[in-house]
Amino acid sequence: MKIGKQTFKLESMPYISYTSSIVGPKEVQGPLSSFFDTHINDVWDKEKTFEKCESKMLKTCISNLEKKANIKDDDIDIIFSGDLLNQCISSDFAIRNFNVPFLGLFGACSTFCEGLLLSSVMIESNLANTVICSASSHFCSAERQFRMPLEHGNQRSTTAQATVTGAGAALITKEKISSSNARITYVTPGKIQDLGVKDMANMGAAMAPAAFNTIAQHLTDTKRDIDYYDAIITGDLGEHGSKMLHDLFKLENIDISKKHIDCGCIIYDLKKQDVNCGGSGCGCIASVFSGYFFNELTAKNINKILLVATGALMSPISSGQGESIPSIAHAIAIENEV
Amino acid sequence: MNSNLNITNSEYDQMISKNTKKSPIAKNIFFAFLIGGLICVLGQLIFNFSLKYVDKETASTITSISLIFLSAFLTAINLYSRLGKIAGAGSTIPITGFANSIVSPAIEFKSEGFILGLGSNMFKVAGPVLVYGITSSIILGIIYYFLKFIL
Repeated sequence: MKIGKQTFKLESMPYISYTSSIVGPKEVQGPLSSFFDTHINDVWDKEKTFEKCESKMLKTCISNLEKKANIKDDDIDIIFSGDLLNQCISSDFAIRNFNVPFLGLFGACSTFCEGLLLSSVMIESNLANTVICSASSHFCSAERQFRMPLEHGNQRSTTAQATVTGAGAALITKEKISSSNARITYVTPGKIQDLGVKDMANMGAAMAPAAFNTIAQHLTDTKRDIDYYDAIITGDLGEHGSKMLHDLFKLENIDISKKHIDCGCIIYDLKKQDVNCGGSGCGCIASVFSGYFFNELTAKNINKILLVATGALMSPISSGQGESIPSIAHAIAIENEV
Repeated sequence: MNSNLNITNSEYDQMISKNTKKSPIAKNIFFAFLIGGLICVLGQLIFNFSLKYVDKETASTITSISLIFLSAFLTAINLYSRLGKIAGAGSTIPITGFANSIVSPAIEFKSEGFILGLGSNMFKVAGPVLVYGITSSIILGIIYYFLKFIL
C-alpha cells in the first residue's frame, strides 16, 4: 500500500531469512573481517581476468546462500542481481550457473537496495515466495572501467574512495523459515537528485543529496522520526559524503550523525588501509549488510534499521561529455519482529 | 520535514569545499622533487658511466633506454604505481613516467587479446601526450623556420 508521496508499506512483511557474504583480500584485513562468511585470497582467485574473478565471487556467494538455507535452484522463484560493469556482466555470467529466472539490475552502488525493494514487492504482490537478491563489485574490474590502469603511478584525490571487492546475497521469503526475525516493513524508492557535482573522484558528495532526499521523504511518509530507528545505514557515502549528509540534515535542524553509519566507512580501517574516504561499489553495502548488520539483527543487538543504498549514475562517457553526476538512493526499513 | 533541498548548486559547492580535506601540498611537492630528482641523478650516473666507453650521443641513447627499461620492469612488478603514489608528478614527468603510462595499459588490456586489447589500448594514457607533443613541436618548428629568415 502506498503511503505518503513515495513509500510503500508491505503488509506481508517479507522475511530476510538468510544472507551470504564474500569479500576480497583487503576487506578481510578490515575491522569487520570476522563477520564475512568467506573471502578470496587475492584479486585473481585463480581466474585469468578480474571480471571472471568477480563473477566467480558472486556465484560462490549465491551457492553458499543456497547451502545455508538448504534450498535448491528449483525452490527459488527469481533472482535479482546487479553490479557495476557494462551490461552487468558479473551477474549475467554468475547466474548462468543457476537454473533460476533472473532479472539483471543496474542502480550503480544502490543496486542491492533496489534488489531488496523489488524482491519484497514480488512477495507482497503474491507472485513469489522465495527470492534472492544479490550484488557484487571488484576493485580491479571497476578501476579498469572507470579510472586509470592499475599499474599507472598516480596520486588519488583526498575525496576518492576505493571500490570494495565483495559480494552479498540475501534470501527473502514470504514465510518464516529460519531463526531470523528481520522483516522488511516499508520500502521507499528514491528520486534522482543532482546538485551539479561533476567530480568523479568525489561521488560521496554527489550522492549525499539523494540520501538526504530519500531518508527525509521516508520519515515524512511513515510519520517516523530519526529516533525511531536504531541505525540509519548508508551504502558508500564515505567519510566526505557522510559529512555532507550530516550537514544537509543540519540545514533542517536535525542531527543525524549519532544514528548514521556508513558501510564504506566501517568496512576498512580508514587510517591504516590507504583507501582515502572509504569503500564504495555495489559490493560494499551488499557484503557489509549480509555479513555484519544481518548478524547484528539476528543477535538482536539492533532491531530497527533503515538501509539506504546510494548510487552515482554516471558513466565515463557522460563524465567525458561534461555531464554532472545524477544520484539516487533507495531506503528499506528492516525491523525485528518482537 | 521537507525532503526537497532548498539550496542552489553553487551553495552546495561551497558546502563541499568546506568539508574537503586539503591535499598535503608541501609534502607532495617535497616528495615530487626528491624522487623526480633522484630519477634524474640515476640518469646522470648512467650517462657518465656510458661516456667512459662511447661518445656523447650514444651515451644519451643508452641512458634513455636504461631508464625506460627500468620503469617498465618496475611497472610490471607493481612497484612503479606505489612509487607514483608517493612521488606524484616527480615520477610522472621524467621519461620513466612516460614508459609507465604505456606499459600499464598494455598489462591491463592484455586480457582482451593482443590486437584489439593490448594493441589498441596501449597508448590510452600516453596517446594525448604524443598527439599534442608532436603537434606543438611541428608548429614551433614552422615558427622557427620562418624566424630564421627574419633574424
